[in-house]
Amino acid sequence: MSAAPQKAKPGAEKIAVNVTAVVPLNDLVTRFEFQRSDGDLFPPFSGGAHTVVTMDDNGRHRLNPYSLMSDPADLTTYAISVRRDDEGRGGSLFMHRNVSVGDRMTITYPVNLFSLDLRARKHVFLAGGIGITPFMAMIAQLEHSNGNWELHYACRTPALGTYVDELRYKYPNKVHIYYDDQNQAIRLEDLLDGQPLGTNIYVCGPKGMIDWVHATASAAGWPDANVHSEEFLAPQPGEPFEVRLCKSDKTITVGEHESLLEAIERAGVEAPFLCRGGSCGQCETNVVSHDGTFVHRDHWLTEDQHASGEKIMPCVSRFAGKSLELDR
Amino acid sequence: MSKFEFPPSIKSRPVYGTLEARPGKGHLMIADADGAEAIMDIATPDLMAQTHIIYIPRGTDFADKLRSLNPAQFYEGPTYAASVSRIRRVLQDAHMGLQVYLAGTEGLMGQAQNEAMMAGIPHTAIQTEHRGSTARRMQCVHCKGITEDVETDPFVCSHCGLNLFVRDHYSRRLAAYQGVCIDAEDPGNVPAPKGIYE
Ligand code: FES
Repeated sequence: MSAAPQKAKPGAEKIAVNVTAVVPLNDLVTRFEFQRSDGDLFPPFSGGAHTVVTMDDNGRHRLNPYSLMSDPADLTTYAISVRRDDEGRGGSLFMHRNVSVGDRMTITYPVNLFSLDLRARKHVFLAGGIGITPFMAMIAQLEHSNGNWELHYACRTPALGTYVDELRYKYPNKVHIYYDDQNQAIRLEDLLDGQPLGTNIYVCGPKGMIDWVHATASAAGWPDANVHSEEFLAPQPGEPFEVRLCKSDKTITVGEHESLLEAIERAGVEAPFLCRGGSCGQCETNVVSHDGTFVHRDHWLTEDQHASGEKIMPCVSRFAGKSLELDR
Repeated sequence: MSKFEFPPSIKSRPVYGTLEARPGKGHLMIADADGAEAIMDIATPDLMAQTHIIYIPRGTDFADKLRSLNPAQFYEGPTYAASVSRIRRVLQDAHMGLQVYLAGTEGLMGQAQNEAMMAGIPHTAIQTEHRGSTARRMQCVHCKGITEDVETDPFVCSHCGLNLFVRDHYSRRLAAYQGVCIDAEDPGNVPAPKGIYE
């Protein structure tokens, strides 16, 4: 097995894998399982880590991040669960329609931007919909060390309750399910009240849910350091724009449905990334000059940095205007 | 009393802020000596109704003033060592949403912060405000003994008797600055002691 991924190369180090199982779980969600093509074990990961899956869609490369949801103790297999997004940019549709058992794909080394704080006395997980995936791995990890956790999981309907049956069967006293269509809602204030000192809370789900948890916890006096969240943004479409890449001496056009990062990669220019969702900071790029306005969408740069026009996160942010020159 | 401005130093050295009332389900305020004034500065009847004050007067006469703020609970201890079992008990019974406020000497704040951290509160969430004496709690790096309330540099270790140089190197775990033998190379060659901030 090669050493830990040093940031010698742009992007993250890659692993060739075979698809070993495709398991439809319900109308929207399918699980994909991978084993290494070279037969080796995967690198170890911790609950909350994600991998970026490369999809070869008729010559167009799609790279989407997905949380690893398999047991971190099992290094023979990595698994992800993908929710089909019919309105999305096509990555999840590609996974659902085109990927089958036996296919070869590449995925990146796992990166964890949403890890457990193992100093915590107790872990409370709040999942919304497909946000359940990182918690599947975290729960498996904690179960190996007899960790103290509980899960509160909101789903739209019983039919769309991904992994609900399995979780309830294995951990009947720790798992609490809330169905939107039955008007069940997580009573967050009551849930936060009376938790022992040293409790950490983790939320993964839609943006509104994440903001609600942060705001409610901080109003109840919870330290920010005890509230963890993960939200990967998907790049949004926008008007095409032209970019000059100074170092590589190339001018490229970013299409309506591709991200700036994807356009840079398509031009054969290597650019660093880890999350492709605006949260890791790896893709930060210096702006040499610009005449126009930035459409910043990342969670990484500060407001001041956004206003300065000196930096851009090409995985999620765009530009509108006359000219943009990047130090890439 | 005006607040002492500590000179800028290495990263290891703790920095203290100014207490502010924060939203919380309960409030634990631990102070010694002039630290009482930092509590009085933020006290409101609403805040005090949810506050437990643990106070060590160290020869000052602020205890009655604090009592008259009508905190939900008030404990006056003769020394920090005598109060620590109370602090541990309060933290043991506490829940998330507890705000911790520490005010007074560095030794008091450091040790109480340690208790709060061991109870599961991240140190970044614990408020501190320095008031009163600038004396330090020092650990002798040679014999590991702690000397409280050190005001001069160098000073004599109260355990092993070595002459120790007062460093800004701080241990959060020990709640103490490190004292290192100043005359190891040339025994007896000890500069005249002066105030730490002189
Ligand atoms: S790749 Fe992580 S912020 Fe852009």
